[in-house]
Amino acid sequence: MLKYIIRRAIQAIPSLLGVTLIGFFLVHIVPGGPAQAMLGPRATPARIAQVNQEFGLNKPLPLQYIQWLGQLLHGNLGTSYFYNETVLHLIAVNMPRTLAIVGLGVLFAHVFSILLGSLQAYYHDTKFDYIMTSLTYFFYSMPIFWLGIMIIMLFSITLNWFPSGGLSNPLTPNPGLGSWIAHTTLPVLTIMLTTVAGWGRYMRTAMSENLIQDYIRTARAKGIKESAVVLKHALRNSVLPLITLLGFALPQLFSGALLVEVIFNYPGMGLLFWDAANQRDYPVILGIVVITGFLTILGNLLADLLYGMVDPRIQYN
Amino acid sequence: MISPELEPRDTLRGNQPAQEKRRASREWRAFWKSPLARFGVAGLIFLVLFTFVGPLLYHVSAYQPNLLYTLNPPSAKFPLGTDSLGRDYLSRMMIGGQLSLEVGFAAAFMTTVIGVIYGLTAGLIGGALDSLMMRLVDIFIAIPSLFLLLFVDSVFRPNAVLLIIIIAVLSWFGVARLVRSEVLSLKRRDYVEAARALGASNWRIMIQHLLPNVMGVVIVNATFQVADAILTVAALSFLGLGLPPPTPNWGEMLSSSMSYMFQNAWWLIYPPGLAILIVELSVNFIGDALRQAFDPRLRKSA
Repeated sequence: MLKYIIRRAIQAIPSLLGVTLIGFFLVHIVPGGPAQAMLGPRATPARIAQVNQEFGLNKPLPLQYIQWLGQLLHGNLGTSYFYNETVLHLIAVNMPRTLAIVGLGVLFAHVFSILLGSLQAYYHDTKFDYIMTSLTYFFYSMPIFWLGIMIIMLFSITLNWFPSGGLSNPLTPNPGLGSWIAHTTLPVLTIMLTTVAGWGRYMRTAMSENLIQDYIRTARAKGIKESAVVLKHALRNSVLPLITLLGFALPQLFSGALLVEVIFNYPGMGLLFWDAANQRDYPVILGIVVITGFLTILGNLLADLLYGMVDPRIQYN
Repeated sequence: MISPELEPRDTLRGNQPAQEKRRASREWRAFWKSPLARFGVAGLIFLVLFTFVGPLLYHVSAYQPNLLYTLNPPSAKFPLGTDSLGRDYLSRMMIGGQLSLEVGFAAAFMTTVIGVIYGLTAGLIGGALDSLMMRLVDIFIAIPSLFLLLFVDSVFRPNAVLLIIIIAVLSWFGVARLVRSEVLSLKRRDYVEAARALGASNWRIMIQHLLPNVMGVVIVNATFQVADAILTVAALSFLGLGLPPPTPNWGEMLSSSMSYMFQNAWWLIYPPGLAILIVELSVNFIGDALRQAFDPRLRKSA
């Protein structure tokens, strides 16, 4: 087991390097380059040359990459051109906020999609199933940014239950947990609804495939209670693949979170990236691309290991 | 009924054309019988008529501002109301859809072509090249695509054609992975072995034997790529990085309508959102119907 973990971790290293390579070259081959971005369109060539000299941007790209990689290994992602903060600090502040809404959204989505998919599969081709299938189609097809707008219109403007955006009320200097819950509820709800729509459909298929398997018939024939047959036998086998699905869904979840953060003006990593992209803040752009790439690769690795742990059929050889 | 997998095949000549045709037509019949397919096709036809034929019948300018009629709710004069510059919203909805649909379909087509070529090559050649090619795919898949798109878009500020290329170049990875895994299982089949024994080149095997057999999976996937691409264009425009003005598009219209949310300008917010929803629903319906028709495991036993 330990050997397997180590081998998988070593296998992830080239992917991690690849992410840094792609991120770095993407940022450095853009026309104009970082110096132009820092100084604006009216910068004189002399000034650009000076900045290039100062930041080591006139060295050959491969050399720059290796130096940057060395800095990265020391946990140094550079300094933002616009915020006068290190990129690492910016990410350390904003990332937990994004992880909070994505994590909570995914957690609730898991619970609801498992519940919904199982019920639909068990009561398949009933009115309940048809209504729920239509609803999941509806939410699955709905653009997340329009869903966000609808949710603001309903819960903030019409009902006035929750604030429409931001992370705290500027008038209260020391916001507590209540304010945090109020500000995160709608973003979490948005992420949850789109995720449930996708995973609920998946769960329904997985569960209905498992419910017609021979081992279910055997279990029933043995006289095991129906609830135990469904919950212990069919459900367990259907839930397992969700772990892998979560690993694969991470990049998509981050993309969705970006849109949600822009709509709700929620100061997470997506909003930070959006601002950075608009301002050409290259160190921040690069830092976020690398960190999200790393997170996804680690997420996939974790999903793999977790899957092996919960499914005794998987052998480590 | 014998499942298609068990039908006898002439191993020397690969798939016989006649048999291939018969199978294909059965699948298309199964597709057309599904209510999902009919809803989906009807939805798409409706939108194509609305966006491309609509402007031929409804002659109001989508660009002419009229400051006497700003932010008017729907009325007899303006069936969908007017926006903040007093431009007719129905007309803008029609024109706006054209670009969204064109870019979406074109980007999905290009994505699929790139992915199929890449996946076929990697799967057929195999070995070290395959591992290297798929590693590259893994890496790109790990980076959230919207982040890359947003960055590249912010640098190039593309027009429609460039946007199609950018979306395609940044979204083919999933297709490549899918096609490659299909090829890996297909290339062990007898008819590929036979073709190879007869001295067929890699190129010939790819075009003659593998491509027709991955087409089912590819068509299904391409449908979902259309849904994705239209959503991507809308999302990028929504973020202010889509297509340059003055031509409207649904994503951009939705994002500008957000500023009037608190004035309850509902006629600005619902139409573009609903339009995108109808495209997505139609395309997803068609995709699911195609999958049910083409995937032998999902086809209901006769």
